[in-house]
Amino acid sequence: MSNRDIQNTLAVFKREFLGYFNSPVFYVIVVIFLLAANGFTFFVSNILDFDDVSLSARFFVWHPWIYTVLAPAVGMRLWSEEHRLGTIELLMTMPVSPWQAIMGKFFAAAGVWLIALVLTLPIVITMGVLGDPDSGPVISGYVASYLYAMACLALTSAVSAFTRSQVVCFIISVFFCLCIGMIGFPSLTHTVVNAVPSGMESIVRFICYFSFMDHFFELTKGIFVLKDILYFVSVIIVSLLLTDFGLRSKRA
Amino acid sequence: MIQVKNLIKVFGTKVAVDDVSFSVEKGEVLGFLGPNGAGKSTTMRMVTGYFKPTSGSVQLCGVDMIEEPELAKQRLGYLPENAPLYSDMTVASFLGFCAELRGIHGAARTKAIDRVLDLCFLDNVRNQSVDTLSKGYRHRTCFAQSIIHDPDVLILDEPTDGLDPNQKHEVRGMIKRMGRDKAIIFSTHILEEVEAACSRAIIIDRGKIVADGTPESLKKLVPGAASLDEVFRSITKPDTVQKKAA
Ligand SMILES: Nc1ncnc2c1ncn2[C@@H]1O[C@H](COP(=O)(O)OP(=O)(O)OP(=O)(O)O)[C@@H](O)[C@H]1O
Ligand SMILES: [Mg+2]
Repeated sequence: MSNRDIQNTLAVFKREFLGYFNSPVFYVIVVIFLLAANGFTFFVSNILDFDDVSLSARFFVWHPWIYTVLAPAVGMRLWSEEHRLGTIELLMTMPVSPWQAIMGKFFAAAGVWLIALVLTLPIVITMGVLGDPDSGPVISGYVASYLYAMACLALTSAVSAFTRSQVVCFIISVFFCLCIGMIGFPSLTHTVVNAVPSGMESIVRFICYFSFMDHFFELTKGIFVLKDILYFVSVIIVSLLLTDFGLRSKRA
Repeated sequence: MIQVKNLIKVFGTKVAVDDVSFSVEKGEVLGFLGPNGAGKSTTMRMVTGYFKPTSGSVQLCGVDMIEEPELAKQRLGYLPENAPLYSDMTVASFLGFCAELRGIHGAARTKAIDRVLDLCFLDNVRNQSVDTLSKGYRHRTCFAQSIIHDPDVLILDEPTDGLDPNQKHEVRGMIKRMGRDKAIIFSTHILEEVEAACSRAIIIDRGKIVADGTPESLKKLVPGAASLDEVFRSITKPDTVQKKAA
């Protein structure tokens, strides 16, 4: 990375990041995220009466579902808005490489999400003080949660590179995030594995391996599994590569 | 300074730009004329590196746009058609962002912003959100962006579109003045503008160059034509004629 790379990425990052605060998007998303995260933890988890009373089960278990909707809501403006306003033409004729712009924008959305997650700390600390004093699962829960959010955001970034409509981008991204989350949902996997002929089982398991959900739960269990982290990081990288491809195809 | 060779752009089956070649030297102001849909904006988008040409080459100041896009784009200022702006920024912050992408930071950035705000008469709206600007002011803001780094090559797609007569006059004067030490291409539908500001003009029709020369030499192309207007009408065929014939 050269100096120029960092300066350009930083310039795009700064503009995007401040852009979130200049629009109601950030505030709406953060409020809804906090409401949903707390609501599920305190009300739904109680009603369901989990066997596992640990924090990770009660708090983090809901995050994938929340991200499935909220990450596309944060990410849908990334490139769709540039296409709609025509500013993509300005950005792509500046001495900025597509990668610098893609990274700057992605990190800005990632930064917004970091703030949202940090704002959940008070609840977690309260719960930690009242109950389980072990901080290991909390840290791994946050790592898993953040990586899941980043993977959804990167997917949304890729979709937004292909369309000028934020609504279209939102719906398609939610659909993708839902699918890729659901395919690894344990109860669903069990049903499918039982239903298919025995030879097909391994294929189903192979497909499930690509689900976010599996890797997410492995990570929240509190063992730092390098392969799960690598999995999420590679999903993010592939999605950003797709973003680049989308932007190129629009200009071809 | 601008060298365009055999540029072709095909969208699906439609040939938007068909084998266009020209060059513009330092000190020249080239006017781009042609009916709607002739391929002016498409050509400019290829020259600025936004569209990838189907074939052909573009060089700015000796740097190839396809091989070294970032380097070539450093020498370039560009005002796209319809003057796109980030709607969530103020005029000054937008210009500051563009300056940073051009590698202008710190005190130089402040100076560059003040310079173009002054040049484009934007000082009274510097802290206004671009969302609430009138069309002419939006256009001027985007124009200001294109000259913030004092580029060697300036590409302007309809720079006087939506401006009031005073501003049109101002912008023409500015183009003419800047043309002394830059290479400038600008497109327009106002033919008096060509005579007022251009040292040369190209007329494009359906993707092909149909005339290239000084405004005076273009007038001589059609015997008996009194104005560029008449020349333009007789060498380009309106779309309607084409459709009726088909
Ligand atoms: N992205 C695109 N996809 C498909 N066709 C396109 C695209 N962009 C331009 N065209 C077509 O290419 C042709 C040339 O368009 P262009 O915008 O260059 O015209 P122009 O000379 O700038 O016209 P105007 O005076 O109206 O601005 C048009 O027929 C247009 O429909
Ligand atoms: Mg045009």
